[in-house]
Amino acid sequence: MTTAAPPGVDPFDQDVLPAPRNAQMILLRSLLHPHRSRLWLATVLLLVQQAAVQAGPLLVAYAIDHAIPAVRDGRHGALIAVACGYLGCGLASGILQRAFIRVAALISQDVLIELRGRIFRHAQSLSLDFHERYTSGRLISRATSDVESIRELLSDGLEELIEVVLSAVYISVLLLILDWRLGLATMVSYGPLYVAIRSFQRRSMVAYRKRSTATAAVIVKFTETMNGIRPVKAFRREEPNDAAFGELNHRHERANGDAILEMARYVVGSRLIANIAIAAIVLWGAYRVAQGGLALGVLAAFVLYLRRLYDPIDRLGMFLNSYQSAAASLEKIAGLLAQEPGVPEPARPVPLPERPAGQPGRAVVFEDVRFAYRTGGEVLPVFGLRVPAGQTVAVVGATGAGKSTLAKLLARFYDPTDGRIMLDGVPLRELAPADLRRGVVMVTQESFLFSGTVAENITIGRPDASRAEVEAAAKAIGAHDFIAALPDGYDTDVRKRGGRISAGQRQLVAFARALLADPGVLILDEATSSLDIPGERAVQHAMHTVLHGRTAVIIAHRLSTVEIADRVLVMRDGRIVEDGTPEELIADSGHFAGLHQAWQDSLV
Amino acid sequence: MSGAMPATTPDPAPAVRHRSVIRSLLRLWPYVRPVRIRLGLSAAVAVVASCMSLLIPLVLKWMVDGPVHDKDTAGVWLGGGLLLLLGLLEAGLFGVRRWLVARPLAGVEASMRAALYGHLQRLPVDFHDRWASGQLLSRATMDLQILRMFLAFPLVFLVVNGATILIGFAILFAQAWLLGLVLLAPVVPLMIVCSYFETHYALAARTAQDQAGDLATVVEESVLGIRIIKAFGQHRSQAAAFRGQARGLWGTEMRKARLLSDIWAVIMTLPELAIGGALAVGVLQVADHKLSAGTLVAFLSTALALRWPVESIGFLLAMSNEAATAADRYFEAMDTPEADRSGTGDAAAGDGLRMTGVRFRYPDAPDGGPDLLSGVDLHVRPGETMALVGATGSGKTTLTALLPRLHEATGGRITLDGADIAGLPVARVRELLAVAFEEPTLFSASVRENVAMGAGPAGVTEADVERALAVAQCDFVAGLPHGLDTQVGEQGLSLSGGQRQRLALARAVVGRPRFLVLDDPLSALDVQTEALVEAALREVLRETTALVVAHRPSTVLLADRVALLSEGRITAVGTHAELLRDSAEYRHLMSGTADGAREESRAPADAAETDPAPAGAPQADSPLTDLPLERSEA
Ligand SMILES: Nc1ncnc2c1ncn2[C@@H]1O[C@H](COP(=O)(O)OP(=O)(O)OP(=O)(O)O)[C@@H](O)[C@H]1O
Ligand SMILES: Nc1ncnc2c1ncn2[C@@H]1O[C@H](COP(=O)(O)OP(=O)(O)OP(=O)(O)O)[C@@H](O)[C@H]1O
Ligand SMILES: [Mg+2]
Ligand SMILES: [Mg+2]
Repeated sequence: MTTAAPPGVDPFDQDVLPAPRNAQMILLRSLLHPHRSRLWLATVLLLVQQAAVQAGPLLVAYAIDHAIPAVRDGRHGALIAVACGYLGCGLASGILQRAFIRVAALISQDVLIELRGRIFRHAQSLSLDFHERYTSGRLISRATSDVESIRELLSDGLEELIEVVLSAVYISVLLLILDWRLGLATMVSYGPLYVAIRSFQRRSMVAYRKRSTATAAVIVKFTETMNGIRPVKAFRREEPNDAAFGELNHRHERANGDAILEMARYVVGSRLIANIAIAAIVLWGAYRVAQGGLALGVLAAFVLYLRRLYDPIDRLGMFLNSYQSAAASLEKIAGLLAQEPGVPEPARPVPLPERPAGQPGRAVVFEDVRFAYRTGGEVLPVFGLRVPAGQTVAVVGATGAGKSTLAKLLARFYDPTDGRIMLDGVPLRELAPADLRRGVVMVTQESFLFSGTVAENITIGRPDASRAEVEAAAKAIGAHDFIAALPDGYDTDVRKRGGRISAGQRQLVAFARALLADPGVLILDEATSSLDIPGERAVQHAMHTVLHGRTAVIIAHRLSTVEIADRVLVMRDGRIVEDGTPEELIADSGHFAGLHQAWQDSLV
Repeated sequence: MSGAMPATTPDPAPAVRHRSVIRSLLRLWPYVRPVRIRLGLSAAVAVVASCMSLLIPLVLKWMVDGPVHDKDTAGVWLGGGLLLLLGLLEAGLFGVRRWLVARPLAGVEASMRAALYGHLQRLPVDFHDRWASGQLLSRATMDLQILRMFLAFPLVFLVVNGATILIGFAILFAQAWLLGLVLLAPVVPLMIVCSYFETHYALAARTAQDQAGDLATVVEESVLGIRIIKAFGQHRSQAAAFRGQARGLWGTEMRKARLLSDIWAVIMTLPELAIGGALAVGVLQVADHKLSAGTLVAFLSTALALRWPVESIGFLLAMSNEAATAADRYFEAMDTPEADRSGTGDAAAGDGLRMTGVRFRYPDAPDGGPDLLSGVDLHVRPGETMALVGATGSGKTTLTALLPRLHEATGGRITLDGADIAGLPVARVRELLAVAFEEPTLFSASVRENVAMGAGPAGVTEADVERALAVAQCDFVAGLPHGLDTQVGEQGLSLSGGQRQRLALARAVVGRPRFLVLDDPLSALDVQTEALVEAALREVLRETTALVVAHRPSTVLLADRVALLSEGRITAVGTHAELLRDSAEYRHLMSGTADGAREESRAPADAAETDPAPAGAPQADSPLTDLPLERSEA
């Protein structure tokens, strides 16, 4: 019972799931890969657009060096050419920019929808075991905040990067052409800039990693509070919660501030380098013009270009910033996506054999099964069990005996640590998921409803069911009357977690949902515990018909259920300690006989 | 389920149309106030810094027209030195600007978040019932981040770039007023385009934010409901809802992008054309010797330096609009008034729990229907335990929710020891009264913390926790990996159903409350554990005034008297035996059989047999405690 790792070393606690090296880059690449032709298109658009934008100073230089003397000579051709050139460039840069934004938005939104979908689908495919440790808040954080930072990178960052790089290349080439010596001098300034960028990247990555974790912690606390608002209020948790949240919030604030300050540091450093370079180059250029080694127009163009060259440094910073923030988020997302489902889908699924005519339900076999939760000790020591097709088995036993665990194994929420469970001779591990769900359906002890209508909640197991079928399922267990009395009947929104209806009503809806799914094996885990006795009786009465032609495993503390069972299993400490028909066991004067007697006594 | 989403979020559209961006943003002031000096300073520094960048071309002009022209090397050095100085200053100021606001703005974001969290915690339960949780979360995270970004950039830069443009134009006019006029030409069309853009973009931004909130809701639900999704294979409607939401968001984001691309195109093209015009005019003027070449260079480089501030206006406007809608969303939640927690009275002693003519209906109940509770009269005497029995959906849970004022009764009076709960501070009511809910919600904390929180902020001793655990028969705790310090995991789902319910029970009794409300507290327990819990609970119940919602006779036996809730009223009160004898409905609820002949013949006999002897209930107890099968975890 003490095998669990001491708190603090679990990667789940630290919110750092192991991901392969460079997983974030691989992820980003795999997301962008399908859009490479659009990416090229976007790049070309920007390339041409930048050409149009950067032509401006060139035209100015041309105007000063050629058009002015030409006009003085009475020739206006050059001036008209310059004016037309400027007009064309202005129009082109606007139109191309528009086209670029649209293409870029298409890329980034498609990438985001794909990423969100991947996170969602992957989270759904991961086993309960994972979810129990990762917590919903973190998952929500991955799917919202972290995706959001990637959105920022894609929607603005991409453009900034391409623009900055393009204009740097353009201008560098132009400068080299205008005057190779001044051009080379400009190149020299790239060295220190590169150093500044690298150091910024390293430091801000650390800051953003911390921030992403801190964000998730804030979200976890936030969602837990809002989901448990009733106990929070009833137990006056508001102030302790304020304090606890304040602490997490403060940690987030620090991390946030750290990340912003990294950016400030970068901006100062890079600006300094740029401005020193400008002063030096202008000085040298002016000196040469003064010496007559350089045309005035060239210097003017140079000066204009230099400003433009270094202007986007801030924007490069913004890009790097959103890149680092996105990289930290991508890292977390990649860690999530790298998680293997603990209950994997079979590589080569075996179909569930057709039910032989006349066979009711499916046969279930537990073969030397052992099971331990990852966070606890062994719950089920080695045990075996055979349930022939069509049998109705009641499982009883003290709370915590392992009844729900047994049921969850049969529904393959978890895989056994040892041994195997078979459905009509096919191990659950090898069954295709769709077959498994046609084969086994479970009404869990917690009757969770999704927000949405009653009908939607009932049709979860069979989305194509008609309204008549839904109503038939509800009628079968006596849920129809209350549903029909709701404001919009079957189309009433039950709100988050079914809060619009009462606990007993939620159980009825959950029950109807399982019936509608029409499985070969039906598992009911305390499916009537919140019903009043007439309601429970009605359900039990209905079971005679609805369990006909299925195998059923019924877990119940109220032994009235047992009356309809063909067989009773009594569990204790994860073991089956008694097994037989109800009559046999009652006659036996074992545990069950005692239980039954106590239960009889408790009735009216 | 996508169709259901909008119903859970308040309709945003009307709010958007009528509120101006500036008005929305002005509401941020209380949060910005503490950092106003730094924010103002940073704007001032930014203005100075961008003036530096405007000064640089002037120095260049001076160099070109002066030393360079005159071949004065000393002058060139001077100019270079000046440039360097300005450059250093500019870089320093850039840094100072960011440094000034980095931590304070993170602080503003954090304080707004803390305020929202604190406020939401104190909003009435029906607010939480109405609002999708993802909508609240997205306000607390994404919207606040947008607001911080707005304070850091668009706010400052709208000012700075506005100032830069004004100063820039002043310089331009000073240099060459005619060329300046040419540059001014596009201002009017630009303003028209911007205002058109603004209204449309704000709508799209709001829609996108709401959709992002819905998406968060779907993600959250699909994680919390993962067991159901697993139990039924892939939950197609949930996946479809997700796809639908994601597609919707995609569409809105594309709409935003299209708007943005249009405004960019206009904002880039018009000034460029104007500069082209100025260039042509300038060339002519230089050729006519009305203007020096140096002036033209300086003019154009100033104009080009202004290009970025002008172009930036497009996305600054976009960000401001997004910030305004984010602020709207934030304040929608913040504006919901907290429950009226008026009252300063305190409970006297010894009247127990009394409800007189209590009425209640849920805010969204269909009009015309009867109230769910339509005049409940009930008196639980001091020290007495009253069972509350009623059919599924009859309103028992609703009734218990009125006591700790999770919902406010719409009529009638509820008194605790003579004091009207509406006149007591809410915290005091909740101190007097502890509840075990029918859904035993635990928090991801240790077992000890989960139990101890039942005593409220005051805290409890270790002995109290032990006692409460003993009452609820939580001996399984000793077997958990870290005993009392074991983390129970989100919602306590790493425990069995019965274990969870017993911890919730321990939490309710740990603070020895004067009043205790237990909503079907034993539903997940097996018969034997139930008997043990009941035996221990009797000790506790002796000292408190308790209301216990019960479905089973075994639970009813805990109580001294039973009240029957039916059609919104208490229709019968008496001992179990009395009610069995007198009330057909009660008989039906307790036995499940139709009120027929078979039961008629049984009921009196059974009733006599199980006639409650509150202190001991020996008939029910004796066969149980002797049973060989004990709690398995022991
Ligand atoms: N997800 C989990 N992680 C770790 N331990 C668990 C988890 N779920 C259950 N357990 C432990 O396994 C044991 C058996 O739990 P199980 O839910 O199977 O009991 P049960 O027989 O269904 O009880 P109940 O009648 O109270 O529902 C308990 O001791 C419980 O604490
Ligand atoms: N938030 C809500 N808004 C509107 N109607 C509600 C809400 N919660 C419950 N109801 C309705 O009020 C009625 C009473 O619900 P309540 O939960 O009080 O029943 P209950 O007596 O506790 O039933 P159970 O025995 O099943 O727990 C139900 O018919 C339910 O549909
Ligand atoms: Mg269970
Ligand atoms: Mg209830």
